[in-house]
Amino acid sequence: MLSILRTLWGVFLHAFRKRVTIEYPDRKAYLPPRWRGRIILSRDPDGEERCVACYLCAVVCPVDCIALQATEDAHGRRYPEFFRINFSRCIFCGLCEDACPTYAIQLTPDYEMSEYNRQSLVYEKEDLLISGTGKYPGYNFWRVAGVEIGRKTKGQSENEAPPTDLHDLLP
Amino acid sequence: MISPYPIASILGILVVSLTLAGGLIWVERRLLALWQDRYGPNRVGPFGLLQVLADGIKIFFKEDWIPPFADKAVFVLAPAIVMVTMLMSYAVLPITPGIFVSDLNVGLLFFLAMSSLGVYSVVLAGWASDNKYSLLGGMRAAAQMLSYEVFMGLSLMGVVLLSGSFDLRDIVNAQQKMWFVIPQFLGFVLFLIAGVAETRRLPFDLPEAESELVAGFHSEYSGMKFGMFFVGEYLGVILISAMITVLFFGGWHGPVLPPLAWFLIKSFLFIGFFILLRAGLPRPRFDQLMSWGWKVMLPLTLVNLLVTGAIVMARR
Repeated sequence: MLSILRTLWGVFLHAFRKRVTIEYPDRKAYLPPRWRGRIILSRDPDGEERCVACYLCAVVCPVDCIALQATEDAHGRRYPEFFRINFSRCIFCGLCEDACPTYAIQLTPDYEMSEYNRQSLVYEKEDLLISGTGKYPGYNFWRVAGVEIGRKTKGQSENEAPPTDLHDLLP
Repeated sequence: MISPYPIASILGILVVSLTLAGGLIWVERRLLALWQDRYGPNRVGPFGLLQVLADGIKIFFKEDWIPPFADKAVFVLAPAIVMVTMLMSYAVLPITPGIFVSDLNVGLLFFLAMSSLGVYSVVLAGWASDNKYSLLGGMRAAAQMLSYEVFMGLSLMGVVLLSGSFDLRDIVNAQQKMWFVIPQFLGFVLFLIAGVAETRRLPFDLPEAESELVAGFHSEYSGMKFGMFFVGEYLGVILISAMITVLFFGGWHGPVLPPLAWFLIKSFLFIGFFILLRAGLPRPRFDQLMSWGWKVMLPLTLVNLLVTGAIVMARR
């Protein structure tokens, strides 16, 4: 009986505690800088698409929410013809970002993506592409990897180191 | 004796009690939130007061579905019984010297009778639903009412002995010098416990017991029929709080403030206590509830009655 009264008194004292609730639209919770939110496709410093349509993100995606189709431009450079992410399936695990060899696909700290229509959660390339470089400002994949241009192969241009031999064990 | 303005009193009490019963949903949600370190509904209108209205509109537009296997007539009738019996009890409630509907000389007995009839609503709802969980809820309600009704009535007999009347108005007037909670403290505690059991509120909500019986006796109910059970429950909470005020805390008597204000303040304190009980206490097991009722509460009530009777006799 005494324990019941003590419980009631203890519960009553909770009236003067600090509230746990964060009143969301008015006040927003603290987000860590590496928060995994809405996925974007970034561009390199020259303003070109970073994505080389290697399909690694689509392969690694555990819920298969990424769909793309590779194609080549006039110089033989690969880029995605379409790039589609179904955010109603996406679990924001960030594996696509880890898999991406060109830092093209990145997760941002934005989570306010609610829609009334399920179809609106399917983002096309226009919706995903941003104009900036995202988290890696100076990085340009083709500057690091080299590029074949007609007569010259990789590593043959001036001031260009030969590419790494993938089948060689030497450092 | 009937109120000098019968129609106005009836309408006033009807409107106010039903509005309060609706408003109590908001009060309960806010208070529960307060005691659980949350805010509760605070978006719709000032302090979330219009939440009740929004919920009301919503519940009226819900599909009013009767299961094909249910006993239709009884199924529809059951929610009405709880409303009717609860509202009937308000007829004998003396709110202030001027505000009342009827001043029955057996007002207390009428209140007890009406609150006992209220259990038919739950039992019939459980029976008519033709659902094993509903039936279990209904059975529990019947057993619980049966055991708690006994000492609910007996716990009030001490008050009747002291005031010498079943008339609620006389009982209130007999408390001008001293509230009955002082000489009848045990009776007050017993009536409080029985009152909580009577309204089927936590920790005595075994007929509902959503963690074991889906939703107990109203598992099959939807729409406004479900809403009627809820309004009936809140009417019961207000009624028991008002009755505690009338029987043990001197009704409208109090210094400075007008009688109505005193009555409302006292009643709302007990409504708050009802909600605190819900916030703080878990539900007992059913056999614990029954043995607690018969083996502890009933003997205590009888002792209380005997001692009070002896004192009243000795004083004569």
